[in-house]
Amino acid sequence: MAVILTAKKVIKRFGGLVAVNSVDFDIPEKSIVSIIGPNGAGKTTFFNCITGFGKIDEGEISFEGTKIHRLRPDQITHLGISRTYQNIRLFPDMTALENILVGQHLFLHSSWISAVFNTPGVRTEEKMALAEAQRLLNYVDLKGKGDMLARNLPYGAQRRLEIARALATKPKLLLLDEPSAGMNPRETEDLTAFIHRIRDELGISILLIEHHMRVVMGISERITVLDYGEKIAEGTPKEIQSNPRVIEAYLGRGASTAGMANAHERFSESKSKSG
Amino acid sequence: MMMKKDYLIWIAIKTGLLSGVIAIFLCLIGMVEVFSKRDVIEKIITLGDFILLATAVSAGVIAARATSNPEQQKQPLKNLIAGALAGITTGVVIAAFIGLSQQINLRSVFLSASPSLFDLLTFKGGTNWIWMYPAIGMAAGLLGTILFLLPEKFRQPITRAIFITFLLALFSGLFRVVMINQSDNIAKAGKYLFGQTGLTLSGAIIFFVAVVSISMFWSAESTNLQKGFARIPKKGQTGVRVVVFAILAYMVLMLPQVSGPFIAQVIVIVSLYALMGLGLNITLGFAGLLDLGFVAFFAVGAYTVGLLTSYGIFGLQHVSFWVAVPIAVLVSMMFGAFLGLPVLGVRGDYLAIATLGFGEIVRLLAGSDFLAPFFGGPQGIIGIQKPCLGTLGEFVRVDVPRICNGLEFAGPKEIYYLAVASAILIAFIALRLQRSRLGRAWMAIREDEDVAEALGINLIQTKLLAYMLGAAFAGLGGAIFTVLVGSIFATSMQLIVSINVVSLIIVGGMGSVPGVIVGAIALIGLPELLREVSEYRFLFYGAALIMMMLAKPEGLWPSQATLRELHHDDSGEDSEIASTKSSQAKA
Repeated sequence: MAVILTAKKVIKRFGGLVAVNSVDFDIPEKSIVSIIGPNGAGKTTFFNCITGFGKIDEGEISFEGTKIHRLRPDQITHLGISRTYQNIRLFPDMTALENILVGQHLFLHSSWISAVFNTPGVRTEEKMALAEAQRLLNYVDLKGKGDMLARNLPYGAQRRLEIARALATKPKLLLLDEPSAGMNPRETEDLTAFIHRIRDELGISILLIEHHMRVVMGISERITVLDYGEKIAEGTPKEIQSNPRVIEAYLGRGASTAGMANAHERFSESKSKSG
Repeated sequence: MMMKKDYLIWIAIKTGLLSGVIAIFLCLIGMVEVFSKRDVIEKIITLGDFILLATAVSAGVIAARATSNPEQQKQPLKNLIAGALAGITTGVVIAAFIGLSQQINLRSVFLSASPSLFDLLTFKGGTNWIWMYPAIGMAAGLLGTILFLLPEKFRQPITRAIFITFLLALFSGLFRVVMINQSDNIAKAGKYLFGQTGLTLSGAIIFFVAVVSISMFWSAESTNLQKGFARIPKKGQTGVRVVVFAILAYMVLMLPQVSGPFIAQVIVIVSLYALMGLGLNITLGFAGLLDLGFVAFFAVGAYTVGLLTSYGIFGLQHVSFWVAVPIAVLVSMMFGAFLGLPVLGVRGDYLAIATLGFGEIVRLLAGSDFLAPFFGGPQGIIGIQKPCLGTLGEFVRVDVPRICNGLEFAGPKEIYYLAVASAILIAFIALRLQRSRLGRAWMAIREDEDVAEALGINLIQTKLLAYMLGAAFAGLGGAIFTVLVGSIFATSMQLIVSINVVSLIIVGGMGSVPGVIVGAIALIGLPELLREVSEYRFLFYGAALIMMMLAKPEGLWPSQATLRELHHDDSGEDSEIASTKSSQAKA
């Protein structure tokens, strides 16, 4: 299977702290891949490296054969990588529809001068953009909510709107940072189905950061485990569940003797208790 | 029960004390004395009396509001007691202040605590009359409470009527002058309604009654009227709109002829500030980039036109105004980009400080001796050619204006058209920009710069465009300002101009085009018209800003309403829910 994104020996430092340490990483085309790891393992930092938010110190990242680690975030988006955020970052004072319209920015080409004269070209372009935004809104099940301000939407709707906005950039690779955070089991199930749908219907590769083990194990085709910035394991969900290094990273050395099969449940229990 | 009563009394007294202190403050800064030279209603109540009364009335309103529990039904008696008590307390505080001032010479500290102030406050009767204050205070407090207790249906028209009558009273001198210059009948009506500095009693009554009845009629019939309008066929609707528009346009066109140069000049200044406001609204309101040195672009526009058209010694070229203006706008845009480039990565407070520095640098350079050979230094550039519609005579020699064969925009009455037309044009452009792809990109940057970039928005390009277009608008304002004044001095490009522009945007409504216009009228137009009270201009600004932040942080004419008009695709219900929700969230 063709590889859409490759990271080679990526190192990212913050002062003396090595947040991402020499990570090699591949995403096969049209696959669903997850990154897991304890808090502070460098997952989100790695995300930021891919999307150009933070420049990497060493190594290289290439997307469909193009080296992207020196590009600006907007250029990387242009190539076809889009993302959502761990703590939802919609444009709160803009309507849902406008949020999506901003996502379409790349595909609209009218200059400000033609906008001032409201040329026919601008009008048709805006009309098409609006229709596309409506379509995306319906796709994420937010029909009729287009005129609501983003911050007035319920939590789950905000998550979905953020995905719709990311989809508006027509990505080939979608990065989802803890999409199920704060969701109840029912919503989580819907989300899992929705992520599958995005991949199957739109053919978009998906990279996921997730704490919710049920989601990760259910959805991922491959999992990469980070701990203290280093990749400690990689493989199918089955392989990861029985990997002693992973169990150790999550639960400490003593726990590695117990099976991961129920360990991850214990983990999510303790997580739901703490937060 | 006893506890409750104590609580009520305490609230009332606290409110009264506070408003009393405010009243004393207004006395001690000299406002009451200065304002007492103006009438609100001729021979009955002066502006000074009015503001003192207003403190007691608002004490009544506040006390009544504080003692009414929204969950229980209204308890008028309780509210009335509280209101009256608050009013009495206000009166007692003022009376105590007068009594105290008879014993101690306050003037050694407070310059405005002059004998004439106390003559005014004591009705020239020493301490004989100060018992009146608690009585008047009680009456005023009760009035406030009654206003509060009135059902919404009556309260709104009455408060509106008080407000509008008060505004008319403030500007009655202007109306009087305008009307007296018209035909006999209008002149008579003018004299009947408007006094020299305030309304006549009959005028006040007529306006009050008129506003109350119109307002009540409107609130009862507005939906019917709107439905009636919707029932008219489409052609008829456009017809009505065209007629209304034509009437408005005619009024705008005729205004300077009727009103004389003073009002024309005020409107020109309001338009110029509106131009700057519209410019800053792009950088600050749309893109969220706080620029405290905005006057720099105004200066660039002004100096460009000055240098290009002046017949004085600093005139470089002697082109006409019409050639100079586009150049000035372009030069301002270049400056916008030039100043924008180094601060691209600077955010928030740091950006404000950096741009503030730029503004000062431009002013200091323009006024410096170092660059005096080019910009005239402290002497400024004088002898700026007025715009001329028609052919402009040849340039003869320095200090001789060129002769205009045609219509010359010589004074405020003519430049009015230039300024108002520019403001309307720029407002239109700003509206179009706001609704464009670029406008959305700016708003995205304002809301969250990182996310905007991650969605494919080129930050450098988009931010620079915001600086450039904002600068262009301000540059146009500067260009018109130069020909209005006929000269430029670096000293008129003070930091305070930038701060005024920021204030008018905040008061009008950040990111709202009509808001900028409303803000310019409220913050620039009103104080400009009330020249007598311009001493307290900055007090007025400060109070207006604080009150806006507390009561209506979204501004007088917020932009959300216009934003939502963009997309009508969904059902009306949904958008209504959204708008009420957003207003709730803001409240």
